[in-house]
Amino acid sequence: MLLSIAFSITYYFAAIVLLVGLLWKVISYARIPSRYLLPIAPVPRTRFGVVVRITRETLFFESLFHASKWTWLFGWIFHYALALVLLRHLYFVTDPVWPWVVWTFVPGDFAAWGMLIGLAGLFGRRIFVDRVRHISSPSDYAMLILLILIAVTGLLLRYNIHVDIFGVREFMLGLINLSPTILPQNVVLYLHLTGVAILVLIFPFSKLIHFPAYFFSPSHNQHYPPRKHVVDE
Amino acid sequence: MKQITTPKINKGAMADAKPFFQSDGGPSHAPVDNWQEIAVEKLGQLVESNRALKVFLDSCVKCGACTDKCHYFLGNGDPLNMPVARQDLIRGVYRRHFTLAGRLFPKFVGALDFTEELLDDWSTYYYQCSQCRRCSVYCPFGIDTAEITMAGRAILESVGFKQTYIHTVIDNVHRVGNNLGMIGPAIADTLESLEEEVKEDTGVDVRFPLDDPDADILLVVPSADFYSEPHVDGLIGCAKIFHQTGIRWTLATEASEAANFGLFVGDSSHMKKIAERIQNSALELGVRQILIGECGHAWRVASSYWPELFKDADSPIQPLIEPLHICEFTHSLIENGQLRLDKSVHADKVITFHDSCNVARGSRMGQEPRDIYKIPRNLLRAACDNFVDMARDTICEYTFCCGGGGGLLTDELMKVRVSGASPRVQALENAISTHNVTHMAAICAICKSQFRTVLPHYGLGIDMIVSLHQIVGDAVVLR
Repeated sequence: MLLSIAFSITYYFAAIVLLVGLLWKVISYARIPSRYLLPIAPVPRTRFGVVVRITRETLFFESLFHASKWTWLFGWIFHYALALVLLRHLYFVTDPVWPWVVWTFVPGDFAAWGMLIGLAGLFGRRIFVDRVRHISSPSDYAMLILLILIAVTGLLLRYNIHVDIFGVREFMLGLINLSPTILPQNVVLYLHLTGVAILVLIFPFSKLIHFPAYFFSPSHNQHYPPRKHVVDE
Repeated sequence: MKQITTPKINKGAMADAKPFFQSDGGPSHAPVDNWQEIAVEKLGQLVESNRALKVFLDSCVKCGACTDKCHYFLGNGDPLNMPVARQDLIRGVYRRHFTLAGRLFPKFVGALDFTEELLDDWSTYYYQCSQCRRCSVYCPFGIDTAEITMAGRAILESVGFKQTYIHTVIDNVHRVGNNLGMIGPAIADTLESLEEEVKEDTGVDVRFPLDDPDADILLVVPSADFYSEPHVDGLIGCAKIFHQTGIRWTLATEASEAANFGLFVGDSSHMKKIAERIQNSALELGVRQILIGECGHAWRVASSYWPELFKDADSPIQPLIEPLHICEFTHSLIENGQLRLDKSVHADKVITFHDSCNVARGSRMGQEPRDIYKIPRNLLRAACDNFVDMARDTICEYTFCCGGGGGLLTDELMKVRVSGASPRVQALENAISTHNVTHMAAICAICKSQFRTVLPHYGLGIDMIVSLHQIVGDAVVLR
């Protein structure tokens, strides 16, 4: 009972911090003037070109692909796996469960392994490549460990340890409907939920902010306006 | 063929390569009193006035994509020449003073106290970055180290470290009109002797007009073009092209400099003042068109900064005369069939092209995104049958800086310059061994000067480096 209350409070707090933090960050980016043309060539000539550029970069991590195939591979696997896993978790927060969410169950389960593989690769790179080791702070390792903890406990809950899934869903729906209920008792579940709460809490204050921040990067979101004339005939 | 290899990191390898600094009184060796306070305040101002800076400081995930992309790091292995590590010199201070995580857990998140040693690293390593932006091309978020370096230099200036070379140059432009401090009569004299030289070589009266009020076009070149080799051959090439097409053109005493070193210290007031000289000259002479000559960052400033610099309602420059790059101009002449070129003069050459960083990554030519790479190459192909490119990951948007840009073209930084040139030289050597390349053309005065100086360190001849308009000009059939 006490733990259920603690988790309820933590999750409400985390949700508020995430929303307010993100909003505050995004507003501060939008408010600060961006005066000069700083796009990195080759530069699109139209807004549509910018949309294409950012979409390709967001979906395929193109720049990273050119930079480092291994980082790209592990990073791409991790991000896509994370996206699938998040979709699969919609089961816990939609009521009635959105019909298409059923289709994410099998790929979502696979994706959890993908997350682990991607994270392990990124962690290995951070340890074994001297350049990447040199630029890493404790927090860089800690975030990977946190995500690995979340993925491992998630996999354990899925395959090894019996947990009252319906009870977990009830708890999450209770939070959403502002009528908190009791969380099933399970240490691994507590660990999983604690990991997620920490991740959410640090999101606006850490490098994780790269997701919304990227869209404000003038290197990629600017284009050259058309010129009046190219050559005076 | 030798690969460009990534070195093992070698801490402190370049710690002794520092530029000369001056403050208002003379040489500067120590920061001003209460420098910490001033520097942190300046950083806060910059972060709150430049969206790019804040976004870039916040969003780096330390993925390592940039760590093996900087020509200085590839050349000398100093870990602080890895772009992210160089950025972290500022990012650490930013995190310490302006973020919650850095205030609460500085050690854990890599936040740094602004110590004298850190300031010393700033004054060293922000002058081992040529602001070439190669790292930004590879960064998944486009984090632009040039913006960080400019901020770092601006903050250094606020605590008494103004780099002597850059500020000597800026003072020269404000005082006389060009980086080299050439006064009007000296320019007139030089141009006269160029006319004689061309007459002797070709028997044709090719003019080099100065301050001609009847001109339609103002050509603004880097002042090195008035006499340095091979720069001056590029200017001669331009004159021949104008001569053959009969276009009325002129150079201007007031605008005898295309370069704009205000960019290198991120100082928009210097940048604007220097750029105004060009616009004012154009208005006074009544030309219809401004052409920017072979100077890399001049073109970046003209194509990417002029619109904003002259946007203010109180700016005396209204409306702005839109600039064209000399390559775009020549290209259009060739496309329209106004220029006859005889390729046979270059039959004994195999030419390659060094994309200058500021042009290739920070500006535009033509109408299409990749015209910036196509137009200079088309010009070389039009003038010479044997054109080859260096390896794909060393050209176009991936081009390696010459190693001397961004305000580093000064003797006390020779160690930085020579090591920074090594990736480009490696790519050139590969092209020499596979394609028998004899010449490398460039469209930037800094690139040309830098290569003239550093190529001998790698056992290559200084005559390899040529101006693009020298190649085109030599092929022009004069009438």
